[in-house]
Amino acid sequence: MAQIFHRSTNFISRLSIYGAVVIIGALGYALYAIAMSPWYTDQNVKRQQPVPFSHRHHAGELGIDCRYCHTSVEKSSFAGVPPTQTCMTCHSQIWTNASMLEPVRASYRDDKSIEWIRVNALPDFVYFDHSIHVAKGVGCTTCHGQIAEMPLTERAGTLYMSWCLECHRQPEKYVRPKSEVFNPYYEPPSAGEQLKMGKKLVAEYNIKSLQTCSTCHR
Amino acid sequence: MNEDSIAKNSIDLAAARAKLAGAGAPRLWQSLEELSGTKEFVEFRDHEFPPSAGKGNDDINRRDVLKLMAASAAMAGLSACTKLPTEKIVPYVRPPEEILPGRPLFYATSLFQAGVATGVLVESHTGRPTKIEGNPEHPGSLGSSDIFSQASILNFYDPDRSQSVVFDGRVSTWSDFAAEMGNARTRLAPAKGAGMRVLTKTITSPTLGAQIKSLLGQFPEAKWHQYEVCGGDSVREGARLAFGRPVNTVYHLDQADVIVSLDADFLSCGAGHVRYAREFGSRRDLSAGPASKLNRLYVAESMPTSTGAVSDHRLPVRSADIDDLARQLAAAAGVAVPPSANASAKIPAAWVGAVGRDLAAHRGSSLVIAGEHQPPFVHALAHAMNAALGNVGKTVVYTESIEANPVNQLESLRELVNDLNAGQVDFLVILGANPVYDAPADFNFATALQNAKVRVHSGLYNDETAERCHWHAPAAHSLESWSDGRAYDGTAGIVQPLIAPLYDGHSAHEIIALFTGDAAKSGHDLVRGYWQSQRPEKDKAFEALWETSLHDGLIAGTALPAISVAPHADFVALGHTQAVGSDTSPLEVVFRPDPSIGDGEFSNNSWLQELPKPITRLTWDNAAMISPGTAQQLGLTTGDYVTLSLAPAGRNINGGIYIVPGHADNSVTLHLGFGRSRGGSVGTGPGFNSYLLRASSAPWIARGVQIAKTGKKYEFATTQAQYNIDLNGHPVEEESSAAVGQGGEHGRDLVRIATMEEFRKDPSFAKNPEDEKTKDLTIYPGYKYEGYAWGMSIDLNRCVGCNACVIACQSENNIAVVGKDQVARGRAMHWIRIDTYFRGNLDNPEMYYEPLPCMQCENAPCEYVCPVGATTHNAEGLNDMTYNRCVGTRYCSNNCPYKVRRFNFYLYSDYKTPSLYGMRNPNVTVRSRGVMEKCTYCVQRINAAKIRSEEENRLIRDGEIITACQSACPSEAIVFGNINDPNSKVAKLKAQTRDYGLLEDLNTRPRTTYLARVRNPNPEIRD
Repeated sequence: MAQIFHRSTNFISRLSIYGAVVIIGALGYALYAIAMSPWYTDQNVKRQQPVPFSHRHHAGELGIDCRYCHTSVEKSSFAGVPPTQTCMTCHSQIWTNASMLEPVRASYRDDKSIEWIRVNALPDFVYFDHSIHVAKGVGCTTCHGQIAEMPLTERAGTLYMSWCLECHRQPEKYVRPKSEVFNPYYEPPSAGEQLKMGKKLVAEYNIKSLQTCSTCHR
Repeated sequence: MNEDSIAKNSIDLAAARAKLAGAGAPRLWQSLEELSGTKEFVEFRDHEFPPSAGKGNDDINRRDVLKLMAASAAMAGLSACTKLPTEKIVPYVRPPEEILPGRPLFYATSLFQAGVATGVLVESHTGRPTKIEGNPEHPGSLGSSDIFSQASILNFYDPDRSQSVVFDGRVSTWSDFAAEMGNARTRLAPAKGAGMRVLTKTITSPTLGAQIKSLLGQFPEAKWHQYEVCGGDSVREGARLAFGRPVNTVYHLDQADVIVSLDADFLSCGAGHVRYAREFGSRRDLSAGPASKLNRLYVAESMPTSTGAVSDHRLPVRSADIDDLARQLAAAAGVAVPPSANASAKIPAAWVGAVGRDLAAHRGSSLVIAGEHQPPFVHALAHAMNAALGNVGKTVVYTESIEANPVNQLESLRELVNDLNAGQVDFLVILGANPVYDAPADFNFATALQNAKVRVHSGLYNDETAERCHWHAPAAHSLESWSDGRAYDGTAGIVQPLIAPLYDGHSAHEIIALFTGDAAKSGHDLVRGYWQSQRPEKDKAFEALWETSLHDGLIAGTALPAISVAPHADFVALGHTQAVGSDTSPLEVVFRPDPSIGDGEFSNNSWLQELPKPITRLTWDNAAMISPGTAQQLGLTTGDYVTLSLAPAGRNINGGIYIVPGHADNSVTLHLGFGRSRGGSVGTGPGFNSYLLRASSAPWIARGVQIAKTGKKYEFATTQAQYNIDLNGHPVEEESSAAVGQGGEHGRDLVRIATMEEFRKDPSFAKNPEDEKTKDLTIYPGYKYEGYAWGMSIDLNRCVGCNACVIACQSENNIAVVGKDQVARGRAMHWIRIDTYFRGNLDNPEMYYEPLPCMQCENAPCEYVCPVGATTHNAEGLNDMTYNRCVGTRYCSNNCPYKVRRFNFYLYSDYKTPSLYGMRNPNVTVRSRGVMEKCTYCVQRINAAKIRSEEENRLIRDGEIITACQSACPSEAIVFGNINDPNSKVAKLKAQTRDYGLLEDLNTRPRTTYLARVRNPNPEIRD
């Protein structure tokens, strides 16, 4: 009796078995890549704002302290986005005719808020508090990246839970002296030095590695 | 209304009685369903969410299930593939002072109930009021609150509130309204206001009182009427009878060793009840152990109330027989009074004798309180008794009336109706009142109202009365307007707005100002101006006083001074004739404001509608409540739909029968506030309108009611037979516990009870050695809690069952409302419930409250069954619930022996109504469908305190974290704190010998534990 299946079938069946493994693997990798891609995470994506505000210019070149505008960062969960009045403290004196700043002047004139596009947004079931992080020696740039180099503000991390936990599990790898928290040009020491200093600071600042769910979810 | 639906089970009272009689020692039971062993009860006991509860409406077949399963499997993965939407940040243009986004501010103000102001602190998040707390500075609150003030926040954001001025059914504007009122003023002026009538509710606001008096000064022919359903006419008339004028009575319960309540529910309603619950609680404190001195409370009442439930001796008597009881007691106290014309054999002489002797033995430290709805003569007798017992100046103090103009409101309304019918009313202004709905039925107010030529109404809702008026102007809520008002002791509180009016509402001050020529003045100017004219402080000194008063919420030193009054010698002769007529029919009907929604003021408040009422645990309905004895006599059972008719006018209403253990025989209690025809989307519908049966001749107690069956059934949604913890445990456990010598019926002592005598003999009566045995049954060493370890202690001896904790929790934790149908299926979402237990026979059982939040077990049974790690344990002993991880298997709730977990079977949270967004606590997730939730010990408050303390480099202080339930609790029954700190209040309470945990034989190691109940009965009375 002749064979029902041609010999080439062996190859096809092998191909489909190995192929399935490869395809599933590739699909998994593709999904992972999508989940980690800037398209999905908005990491390093520059957002168009009603006013092209430059942190590089204000925080970097001019050296204005973070807290000049983000006034509640040491007191509240919310760092605070400056009211128009804060912009006008300077811009009623300088660049008073710049067309770029017209929305700011219009806001002040018409008593209508500027609607900024949110860059760092967490889901509604996550409760983050700026004040405690700042108080425990977590610098602005640790999460917000090289803000002093950003002409338009972008998200520096994925803001995934794994990203948060990286530091919550090993705070000594990221903590810095309290005096350096608001320094946008702070350079952490080499990995070994950081670990040594970090361990000291963790003890000094009484930093706890909080990983229980209700720390952030409630 | 489900008038036609057929009840699933019926209660068998004979079987229940037999069961209770059979047991040796008195046993605990929760409901008549339990004693009858109905199918529904068994299902609710064996399953947290019974499979067949409410079955029948789910039209779903196998094919649909398969289709849905396939679709959900396909979609399941996709649900994660959403990108976060782009959000906007909208900062201020010019930042207001003090507001720090992310940090709440608290403002002191006052809220009103039946005209009486109670101080509150309102939490405000960037200008949105979100939560109401008590004001610790205010004498009427002392930091605690009640269900009505807690739920006011929902009324404030209610989307059904009246949103615009209406003229003749068409939308109009405030400026048109103001112009028209101005014209009316000019028109009325020549005749000195003849034909003008103003109808208000009770007014204690000194400013508004002065404004109305100024109006009457300008228009001497105009008349001011007041009507409020629970306006306290009997209280006022009783005082007038005894003292010749309406004085205000202030009790000092903390000074009273023996208290007798004559149908008075003074712990949960009436002026000063929050303060009274605090004072009462302080006298139920047992922290000194067996040496503590408890007070003793006797309550005689028809319908069981919270006050009756916490009493040491409760006597169920018909409300009409209280008059007789009061006379007998008065005679025992030494007040000469002839016996009642309706002497009732129902009042046991031994009881009266024993109470009388107890009163006499506590001269100067006893107190007799008459119920607000008892006739004036009973009040006068109570005054006379207190005077005869030497209590005046000690446990009871009199002051001048707190009202701007204390009048007999029923007579005031009668006068208005007569004037209306006589065509003498040209211009009627109704401020806040809703007489078309709540006036006595014989007034036919709706018809009479049509005789007024111009009718103007202002109220929070476009209600039954507004509909029949030419003009309607939305009133401003207390949270958005300026005003003032007196507390139960006369202290003047300031009402300040938290936010600009949501719907262009205007306060009564502003409307009266339109007629007094002050139209240009704002509410703020009027209130401030009044106090400026009253106070000796001027300019800067006044400015400082005003600022301090706004901060404190009250004007210091405005409490009314005690006055000395003595009862008239001849009041008995005067009032004796006022007693109710002779007793021809045995069946009485008693009208009461609903314990949850009051007289109808809160009928559109879904939190209060869904709140299980004390004792009955009934939600979303009122009922014709009768005793088990009367039910058996008349052949009625819970759920029978009957017609109640009251001679002579031939008025009748239909409603469902509800049997209440401990209710007085031959008495029917009807709660008011239901059956609204224009009560908003929530308030229109539930229950029946008891006002239709209520006549001005007998506003609270009426005789001769007839009950006729309609043959139909009515389905109630009550939580009493739900969330049952099986008192006998699982059958297998029962055997084993019997083997170690534990009593069968007392297999699980969920509520541990002793008398003071027993407590003195055995201070550790609440300890069960069985509880300890399981603690060693582990091969792993226990987890060591270092740092904070959160725990809670609930003192069953202090709890008065007022439900304030339930609503406070709902407000703090964004808990959704589910509706009557879902409640009937056991799906109410409250994170803390108040279990009610009975002990003893059906006719006069003892009653016990047990508030039950999550126990936060150290060995939590819910945690190890969760397949996705959505409920986990944290290092401080909290049983965390992570909503975003929950996939809704409900394994956890199946495994929770306390049945405290709540599941969102549907999308219960309202995501659609924009006005409700502002109300929510921004620090708590609003849960969606398919997610489990439960009490978190207010973890958002714990985290906030932790962050604050860490920033300040210190430990959290004891008492720094106050959970929402603890903060609301008027009797300080709930205490939360760090049990690792031996000096904390909670650790000290847990060290008391009365401390015990629920179901500790399961080795769950609950962090919430209870302090056992100790009754203080009179050894002379055996009931």
